[in-house]
Amino acid sequence: MSLWPADVQERAKELIGRYPDPKSAVMPLLYLAMRQDGYLTEAGMGEVAGWTGHTPAQVQSVATFYGMFKTEPLGQYLVSVCTSISCMLLGGDDVLEAVEEATGVPHGETDAERLFSVEHVECLGACGGAPAVQVNYELIEGSTPDQARALCRWLQDERPEVVNTDDMQERFGGRRSFDWAIAESENAVGPYPAFGPYGTTPGGEV
Amino acid sequence: MSHAQVLFARMAEHPTDSHTLVMYEATGGYVQARRAMDMTRDEIVELVKTSGLLGRGGAAFSAGLKWSFLAPARPAYLVVNGDESEPGTFKDRQLLERDPHQMIEGIIIASVANEVREAFIYIRGEYPKPARRVQQAIDEAYAAGYLGKGIFGTDYDLDVTVHLGGGAYICGEETALINSLEGKRGEPRLKPPYFPAAKGLYMMPTIVNNVETVSNLPHIFEMGTDDYRALGHATDTGTFLFSVSGHVKEPGNYELPHGITWRELIFDVAGGMREDRGLKAWIPGGASAPWFVPEHHLDLEITKEATGAAGSMLGSGAVVVMDETTCVVKAAERVVRFFSHESCGQCTPCREGTTWLEMILRRIEAGSGRPIDAELLLDVSDNISPGLTWPPKQTTICPLGPSAVSPITSVAKYFADELRQHIVQGGCPLD
Ligand SMILES: Cc1cc2nc3c(=O)[nH]c(=O)nc-3n(C[C@H](O)[C@H](O)[C@H](O)COP(=O)(O)O)c2cc1C
Ligand code: SF4
Ligand code: FES
Repeated sequence: MSLWPADVQERAKELIGRYPDPKSAVMPLLYLAMRQDGYLTEAGMGEVAGWTGHTPAQVQSVATFYGMFKTEPLGQYLVSVCTSISCMLLGGDDVLEAVEEATGVPHGETDAERLFSVEHVECLGACGGAPAVQVNYELIEGSTPDQARALCRWLQDERPEVVNTDDMQERFGGRRSFDWAIAESENAVGPYPAFGPYGTTPGGEV
Repeated sequence: MSHAQVLFARMAEHPTDSHTLVMYEATGGYVQARRAMDMTRDEIVELVKTSGLLGRGGAAFSAGLKWSFLAPARPAYLVVNGDESEPGTFKDRQLLERDPHQMIEGIIIASVANEVREAFIYIRGEYPKPARRVQQAIDEAYAAGYLGKGIFGTDYDLDVTVHLGGGAYICGEETALINSLEGKRGEPRLKPPYFPAAKGLYMMPTIVNNVETVSNLPHIFEMGTDDYRALGHATDTGTFLFSVSGHVKEPGNYELPHGITWRELIFDVAGGMREDRGLKAWIPGGASAPWFVPEHHLDLEITKEATGAAGSMLGSGAVVVMDETTCVVKAAERVVRFFSHESCGQCTPCREGTTWLEMILRRIEAGSGRPIDAELLLDVSDNISPGLTWPPKQTTICPLGPSAVSPITSVAKYFADELRQHIVQGGCPLD
């Protein structure tokens, strides 16, 4: 018996149908499970095992291999700061410090209220717009420490239900790796990548 | 300096809608895929071989040759590698976000050439926006009848599925990527026997090609192999996307022919050094590549051959530029930390060695380096990459391990004094 509501089960079936082998759907389903619970719970991983034909131990072993599958409770906003080489050269370490200071959360941790999780990450593929920051995987390029502090304050004060990359870039970003003249309307809701087919977008359980 | 725009042409001319099907078709899109439908596998493979197209994912292997090795068993699969995670590299993101139909048309051509009915695009998990753009383009292509059942009114079925990664660089390695797509941990497989063209996805013949490689295909068809080759330089045909980052005035992705010099790339194309500071060193081809320095390499031509002969590589085209204020120990530490963090842990020299290198560099940087540390760094490196040769000997399952020693050998070769000063003075001499 699945713990997931009917619409989520439909989504799971659809995702499995995209692959020749149900086992291949484990990663999409792990994201779907994160959408349900905010992070990967034992129950969520058990559910994924049931759907894909992996054992729960296999699902756990896959989940722990990949950095984006989080098996500990996370904040509403996952703030990731790149401190890889190109970002380090342009002040990524200072941006990380600013984020830690503004949120009061050291990297690798989540606050008690579960508002913020902070992490430093390796290259985000935004080196031309270094330093790079992501909130729930939505990118902001070319931030200064001051802008990063303002970003965290904004999240703290406004508690937006969704975050949008273009909006955040405009308010808290600077130089970008390349121009993008189109405003994107898609938003992220939680600490997992917002992608329609995975049901991880706003109202996207269906 | 002016440069030929091919892969970047549409987005340069139509900045607000280069990603849409309407604009793609208004600028000649999907004409070449239709042409490919009427060609045989052999004809297409031959054409791509003749074009000289080399893989843009880092290894620069001939795409046509790779296709010709595809084993006869069916189904065969195509996997487009959009895992782009090597520090300094951000060119595939631009192709995915801004001209997804160009890649999809390439996917159709590569699929027809390799008798593929099911293709996957593996996009790194930290790229949700590029993934959304690509999905939107795929949906448009399905609706237009260019993907799905009976594409272009023929009896050829082709499905394309986007698969998001989970934040593991190693999944960019093609056999790790295949494991990941099969729903396993992204650990590389041994080659041989697991060459994807023979035993790939679900143990079936599989072609893995990079996003940029595939995006070149419509242009090869459109301009013909002679004109395509003429864009490049000798055996480096076509254009090449350079991702330039670090201390330059104008970082960004640049589409260029091979054969200009590093001086032109850094000082003309990328606008020169920020605040007109001095150039100290640059990484010519991604975090895995040994560094170059102005005293020896500035007037070298940027070709695969010249770069290789000078002891480095062009790799995936990531150029990371460091000015005179850069602490090379810290820079090396960041690159090594990346490999240490991303090691999948299957091979002891890689797993243990990268951890050691990171730890030693950390303590030197923190001012508690020991006199033997300079030598120790090279000893540990030699354990990971025996003989410290270039290109490295492969003693591990995949090339990640030996890549981690590039910054160490670079610092030892060009900045031995600075390293020694760190240890002797108990801290960074530049602070
Ligand atoms: C550690 C490692 C990471 C890699 N990462 C990528 C990557 O992110 N993208 C990519 O296209 N190729 C990457 N490659 C190269 C792939 O294994 C493979 O050669 C390539 O995708 C083939 O496509 P191409 O021939 O079109 O270049 C990586 C290789 C290694 C060893
Ligand atoms: S070299 Fe490193 S990353 Fe590659 S398979 Fe071995 S342990 Fe894994
Ligand atoms: S090094 Fe930070 S985005 Fe690439």
